[in-house]
Order: sequence, then structure tokens, then C-alpha cells
Amino acid sequence: MPSNRPTSAELLDAVQKFLKAEVLPGLSGSAKYHVQVALTALGIVGRETEGAAQLDAAERARLDNLLHIEGSREALNRLLCAKIRERQLTYRDAALIEHLRLTTMGKMSIDNPKYATYLHMQGP
Amino acid sequence: MAEDFAELLAGAVQRRFGESARVLDLKALSGGASAETWRFDVETPDARSPLILQRMAGAGQFEASLDRALQAKVQSAAFEGGVPVAPVRFVLDDADRMGNGYVMARIEGETLGPRILKLDELASARADMTQQCGSILARIHRLDTRSLPPLPTRSARESLESMRAIYRRLGAELPVFELALQWLEDHLPAPIGTSLVHGDFRLGNLIVGPDGIRAVLDWEMAHIGDPAEDLGWICVPSWRFGQLEREVGGFGDLQDLMTSYESAGGIGVDSERVRFWQVFGCLKWGLVCLFFAFQFLNGDVPLLERAVIGRRTSETELDLLMLMRAE
Repeated sequence: MPSNRPTSAELLDAVQKFLKAEVLPGLSGSAKYHVQVALTALGIVGRETEGAAQLDAAERARLDNLLHIEGSREALNRLLCAKIRERQLTYRDAALIEHLRLTTMGKMSIDNPKYATYLHMQGP
Repeated sequence: MAEDFAELLAGAVQRRFGESARVLDLKALSGGASAETWRFDVETPDARSPLILQRMAGAGQFEASLDRALQAKVQSAAFEGGVPVAPVRFVLDDADRMGNGYVMARIEGETLGPRILKLDELASARADMTQQCGSILARIHRLDTRSLPPLPTRSARESLESMRAIYRRLGAELPVFELALQWLEDHLPAPIGTSLVHGDFRLGNLIVGPDGIRAVLDWEMAHIGDPAEDLGWICVPSWRFGQLEREVGGFGDLQDLMTSYESAGGIGVDSERVRFWQVFGCLKWGLVCLFFAFQFLNGDVPLLERAVIGRRTSETELDLLMLMRAE
């Protein structure tokens, strides 16, 4: 990376800390709510920057396996959707369900790792 | 602008309550993209009435909803039928020059789902809420449809086709949503006698006090259809606000809801029918999240809140997988 320190992750962390420690305590009502929404957005950005590349690669590898064909993640997902629409794959297909479970758990680890269903489906 | 609004409201109030009526303590409660809500009191020489005004705002809606005048008529019919709702005081008309809206009595209480599930002072309300929901829904569904204004009719099949069309129009490619459409197609319930369906019966649209549910709000999605739609909707995981194990709104068990619904004279529905509408509701809320994302992205509603709700689409994908797995 050609950039100097702090890294983008470090800058993001500093912004989040600033909003939480310096801005939020002085706010109430709608302004407070909107800063909380902004912090939610920044949380997603942080988790995505850290984990998305690995999740995308794992999803693509599973799609290769499931569809027996190589391609970009986007192209394979479009193909997967078409196969479901045409009923070549159904909700009774265990391999498909397992792939979608892993993919969606991956999305949730970025979008909202506190979501009750996510915590529930991680359980034993 | 706010001053104009206050003057227009004072005029509308005086036309109904007399020249000496005054508007006091006018305050905006929410400025949503599709609706706005104001609270105020009206003082006349012999009384002071706490009121709420709901007006339609401009932004595009996910599904066609009733205009406010029609909504007011449905709400009034529900009131006559013994459903706990705020009595409608008056509907705005052209002379008011305030658009599409209506004024109703203001009923105090809590509406926020997470607070209703948590507050100590609402513990007694929570204990009775499942049973109350069952009997309220039975009343709504047994309302004589001849007492209602003409409403859109949506069968299970039509509702499914409408969701499919919305999904296709948005142009997203989500395998879990494709799979849910397939599952719903295979689990379509047989046509059933038609009832008034509230269409958005869940925490968030119920006013709750320590004595229980005081009023059912937001009748804008009301239609004629399958009564199990309302039972399924309140069981959608997104409306449990973290209390996943309590299937009904985060506070109750589905079996208890169905028992009280039936003993209050509700239409005969089985758990498979409710499950269809639960999966349907989950997909529908997922499509609303997706719709909000696109409204943000194409600049229709450039609000950060819409953008962040867009990312909640994945919550419904996970919920759909959980619900479809429980086959």
C-alpha cells in the first residue's frame, strides 16, 4: 500500500471512537439516533474491509463445487439463481442449503453479528 | 413552513370544533419518508382533547397503501366492531389544503418493540399480550366486510405474484430469495373465505400500557384476504426484536396465539397456513429492505437510515433459511 500510517482501519477506528466518546454524549433525540445509525454504517464498513475478501473467495470456491463450472462470483451467483428459478435446484437440496447457510452467515458476520438468528445458528 | 402548517391546522380545527377552538402544544412526532405524524391538543371552552394527525408524505411506497380517507373509514369500522383503535375525529378535505390525512384521538402508551419487550412496568401487559392478540385478530377477521369501504383483495396466490414481481423489478439476484419464492409456490394454502386483514399487525403498530394493548395503529395496509396472513406476520423473526425463542412478536408462543384466536371465534386456520404467511412475511420484509436500499441508491430517498436498512436484507435471508429448514 502506498499510503502512510494511519491505515484506513486505524482512521476508521479513530472516527468511531470520536463519535462515541465526544459526539454522542452531547446529543439527544433525532440527532443522537442519526449518529447511532452512522455508527452502525461505520461498523459494517470496518468488518467488511477486514473480512470480505476471504468470504468472497470461500463463496466462489463453494459455487465452483456446486455448479461444476468456473467463473466470477457474480456470474456464478446469477447462474445459481437461474437454476433455482428453473427448479434444477430446490430447497430440498442439502448441498445447496449448506452453501447458502455458510454464505449468509458470512454476510451476517459483516452486516450484523449481533442478530439473534445469527447467534442462534452459530450455537451447538 | 412550520408556521404555515400551524395556521392551516388551526383553520382545519376551527372548521370542526368552532371558532373558539385553539391548537396547543403542536409537535412533530416523526418525519418518515412515507408519512408524518403530529401531536397536539385542541382546547375548546369546555374541553381539551389530545389528538394525533397523520399525513401522507411524498416518497414512493413499497406496496400500494390505502389513502388516508379510506384508512380512516377502515379504522372507524374496526372501532365499531370492538377492536381497540383510536377513534377518528375528522378527515382532512380540500378546504383544509393540507393534503391527505386524518385526525384521531391520542392514546398514551408505548409503541417501540424493544421497549415493550423490556420495560418492567409492562411485564403484566406482556403476560396477557398473546391472548389479547388472538382475540383482537379474531375480531378484526370477523368484521362484516359489508361494513367496510371497498378494499383491495389479495389472495395468497396474488400476494406471492406481487412479491415476485417486486423482486424481479428490483433486479437483484439473491439465491435465498429465489429459493423462498420456490418454497412459497410449493406451500401455497388452499383459498379460504375472505376477511379483513390488517396487513401490518406487529409490535411497532400497537400501543401498549401496563393494562395491555390499548390500540391497533396503522391501517394503511388493510385489505381483504387470508386471515392467517396477520398471524404469520407477527411471527416473522424480524418482529421479535432479539427475543427469537418467543415466536409471537418476541413475547408469546404460536400455539397459545392460535388457541386464543380460535376460542375468540377466529377463522379456522392451521399451523401450516400460518407458516406459509410467516415465510411470506419474512420475504416481504426482506424485499422492503432491498427496496429501501434501491430508494437510497437511485436518489429517491437519500437518507442514511435507508442505506443502513438496506443492509438488513441479509437478516431476512438468514431467517428464511432457518424457517425453510424447519420443514
